[in-house]
Amino acid sequence: MVATAVADGLFVMKGDQPHLIAARRKSDGRVRFPMPKGPEATLYEAVELPADGKLWSYTVQRFRPKTPPYIGADDDATFKPFALGYIEFPGQVIVEGRILTDDVASLHIGRPMRTVLEPFTTSTRGEVSNFAFIPAD
Amino acid sequence: MTEVHVIGAGIHPFGRHPDKTGLDQGVFAVREALADAGLAWEDIQFAFGGSSAAGAADAALPRLGLTGVQFINISNGCATGGSSLLSGYWAIKSGEFDVGVVMGFDKHPRGAFNADPEASGLQRWYGETGMMLTTQFFAMKIRRYMDLFGISNESLGRVAEKAFENASHTPHAWRREPVGLNTILGSQMLSDPLTKYMFCSPAEGGAALILASDKKMRELGLTGPRVRGAAVRTRVNGSFEVFSPSLDVERGPSPTQIASVAAYEMAGVGPSDIHVAQIQDTESGAEIMHMAENGFCKDGEQEQWLAEGRTKLTGALPMNTDGGCLACGEPVGASGLRQVYENVQQLRKRADGRQVENAHLAYSQVYGAPGLSAVAILEA
Repeated sequence: MVATAVADGLFVMKGDQPHLIAARRKSDGRVRFPMPKGPEATLYEAVELPADGKLWSYTVQRFRPKTPPYIGADDDATFKPFALGYIEFPGQVIVEGRILTDDVASLHIGRPMRTVLEPFTTSTRGEVSNFAFIPAD
Repeated sequence: MTEVHVIGAGIHPFGRHPDKTGLDQGVFAVREALADAGLAWEDIQFAFGGSSAAGAADAALPRLGLTGVQFINISNGCATGGSSLLSGYWAIKSGEFDVGVVMGFDKHPRGAFNADPEASGLQRWYGETGMMLTTQFFAMKIRRYMDLFGISNESLGRVAEKAFENASHTPHAWRREPVGLNTILGSQMLSDPLTKYMFCSPAEGGAALILASDKKMRELGLTGPRVRGAAVRTRVNGSFEVFSPSLDVERGPSPTQIASVAAYEMAGVGPSDIHVAQIQDTESGAEIMHMAENGFCKDGEQEQWLAEGRTKLTGALPMNTDGGCLACGEPVGASGLRQVYENVQQLRKRADGRQVENAHLAYSQVYGAPGLSAVAILEA
């Protein structure tokens, strides 16, 4: 993936496999995503999540989100609906992200999912790479 | 101990009003509430008011009268109205004041709300990639709930069907044409499993209540429902809230659950004592989940309740009797006060065409981003 990431510090590559970088609060061990920025970050330590998790809930975004804040290069006519959901990394954290699938009806809670990167074409920064999830069964 | 009563209630019909500002609608509601109580603005000792997108609420002062009254602007998301009510309740309960106004109004552009990631303490990419929509949150919360507790798409449809049916009897409602179940289920899918008719829309409107101590009420020769309980609570660890890039694996209660328990405790009553309820229904799924979060039924029982029509006007526990957010729309600053306005109408036997017989205890609950809930329990 040659494109720059949609934001710094969201994921790290292990070979071809992206891993999300979550944050564990030092005081109580709670894990969140993403790692906070600025002074808040000193209260956390980075935690690399496994590539695989399981689907916790999901939906499909069927209309183009409003701009701002959305920066997709599409418009109302060219927007393609996308699935998204929460992926549970057991014992750690549940993370929200896009889901890449042509078969929304096949999604179900508990389905194994894997972290991937996908190109995201923006109106402001050209193509960037974003994390997403694909069914892994 | 001083008791707090609602001695006047006013509303500007919800909907879209191209010729009126949000402020116009808020001022209208206050004047209606004053007229309902037979009071003048000069009688008012305090005011709490809020608007999310239509300017500062205290801009109403030059129109209502520059009497020097203390006016505090409230901003608490969708729970702004509930928060204004609670503030007014405390002002009287504390003994500082005898009579005041709580009011709210709003006027939003069409379509989903624009959200600003940084204003919510989030990183920009979250909004830039199309993840920051309230509609997605509602859809994913009900999707999981449906799978865990066996709720059907038909139940989602029945909630919306009831809303439009109730609104057909409600002068202040926006969408007053009944819509059939099949039309609702077959309408455009916006965020699976929720269709167009299952979502409320941002809208316009205003609502106001006059609150008074029991002593002041008697002096004025008035009557009005008593506020038995009122509580606002925010999210705790493990609750599932709007605009959450991640969630705790260890799940916890919702702010609605804890606000509800607090209000019941204050009121000294339980869910089975309630005769009529207005609960947050920004979409069909929210009403279903809030039925359980407010203690009216157990998780999963909604399927049977809705099939039997138990929350219809003719049912055992009518809910969202004026059509709720689904049929009234959601002007954020006014929405929570609309619920209380409707309960006041029910308790005063003024809800023509939608009156719940023998309504003596009325419950309202409004939920807002980024995770707070406000509950009020009124007694006739």
